[in-house]
Amino acid sequence: MSKNTDWQISSPLQVIQQRAFLLAEIRSYFADKKVMEVETPVLSSASNTDLQIEVFNTQALVAHNKSSFLRTSPEFFHKRLLASGSGDIFELAKVFRLGESTRLHNPEFTLLEWYRLNFDMKHLMQEVVELIQLLRGQFGLNEMPVSVISYQELFSNHLNFDPFDVSDEHLSRLAQDAGYHGPLLSRTAALDFMFGVQIEPLLNDEVGYLIHDFPIEQAALAKPHQLYADRCLRFEFLWGGVELANGYQELTDADEQLRRFEDDNLNRKLMDKPVLPIDTRLIAAMANGLPECSGVALGIDRLLMCLLNKQSISEVMPFQASNS
Amino acid sequence: MSVYNTSQFKNGLKIIFNGDPHNIVDNQEVKPGKGQAFNRVKMKNLITGRSIEKTFKSGEKVDAADVMEMSMQYLYTDGEFYHFMDPDSYEQYEASPEAVADCIKWLKEEDICTVILWDNSPISVEPANFVELKITETDPGLRGDTSGGGGKPATLETGAVVQVPLFVPEGEIIKVDTRSGEYVGRVKK
Repeated sequence: MSKNTDWQISSPLQVIQQRAFLLAEIRSYFADKKVMEVETPVLSSASNTDLQIEVFNTQALVAHNKSSFLRTSPEFFHKRLLASGSGDIFELAKVFRLGESTRLHNPEFTLLEWYRLNFDMKHLMQEVVELIQLLRGQFGLNEMPVSVISYQELFSNHLNFDPFDVSDEHLSRLAQDAGYHGPLLSRTAALDFMFGVQIEPLLNDEVGYLIHDFPIEQAALAKPHQLYADRCLRFEFLWGGVELANGYQELTDADEQLRRFEDDNLNRKLMDKPVLPIDTRLIAAMANGLPECSGVALGIDRLLMCLLNKQSISEVMPFQASNS
Repeated sequence: MSVYNTSQFKNGLKIIFNGDPHNIVDNQEVKPGKGQAFNRVKMKNLITGRSIEKTFKSGEKVDAADVMEMSMQYLYTDGEFYHFMDPDSYEQYEASPEAVADCIKWLKEEDICTVILWDNSPISVEPANFVELKITETDPGLRGDTSGGGGKPATLETGAVVQVPLFVPEGEIIKVDTRSGEYVGRVKK
């Protein structure tokens, strides 16, 4: 008889039942709001160009391509659906991002992504909090206090400087004083450092943080801010030091979107990272008319981890990179 | 010289930082949102013993420190340097007073200890967790007092001073925990 126990799942059955319950609650929430569930492809001929996301690739889907890519989010397909007149939609999507398995990351994970027509960023932020509070209730937790705070306020409250009014030199010195060691950081990377290493450990674990109006360099697919050219309509939701959700009031300008993707690839080249095929069908859909909307992606494994007060997503995943 | 990528960082890895060999004691990956990932590292300078915390950009490379731990026998001091020997190869190593530091107060000749070598020369020495040493000087205790309630200082053959119970006499061999510097018990010979 083999003593191999490798086949066994790595989280208790009870957690699997709790995941099923969570997914059912989410589906019922969106059914009540008349948001339609959709399914979109896992494999795509085009790729996400984001500098900080590493994409899996595999054999080509169609003969004339070299390879195809596993989606890092269903966003591009969702926008093509929205441009086709789908109305409000959501998906519970398996997505893939290369990277080490850590407390908060597994290369394959589940995102809840949803889009709301004619919602501005603030409106969608409210809906994220409403859903989280509802799910907390279903999991026997009290309503949590939520702090709505801009990226600028977050920095000035915790580190006493304005991220939009600090010179590159000063920012670089602040990072070094805070223990950064290595080659000069770009402005964006230095802010990421201050955010992740300096600010996040200072946040209250019992409070949910809705952080909004990120620097325009971190806009990705978000609309620029109406009043401040250096900011964009992007938000994140943090709970217990964990980034649970990332949302945008969506950019609808196809030319601007194409320019950002091309910039990504330019920077990829500079950083010796592979240049990736831009999703021209998404750009064409936007040029045809993406309706005004806001959308957000929420990590389901992280959410379940927080709801069950676990320390690592591996505790809520029966199968992970190490045993799948 | 070999290098490590931050993705290879783990506790116990020896790297060169600011020219000195360091031992990683804690490594945490920090990834803010969709942004740049970092490795936040706590490490101990193997020469000075000081701990520091530094953050590296994930994907950066650092030089590996050619650091080795070896069991060696302490031979003698010539007044300036301390001499150790690898009992397998009989190869001898010379350590500076800075490398031996406080450890010397637990070492008597022929004792086995751990010597840490960097590029093949000793940078620090660690005594065994428990050593057995003779008391060379202590006040006469109260005969019959075995309650262990009080204590008195005792000087050992290596010069170290430890607190021992009142009933332990001069000339006795005792066992000491070198990590805490505390008396453990008498050694029956």
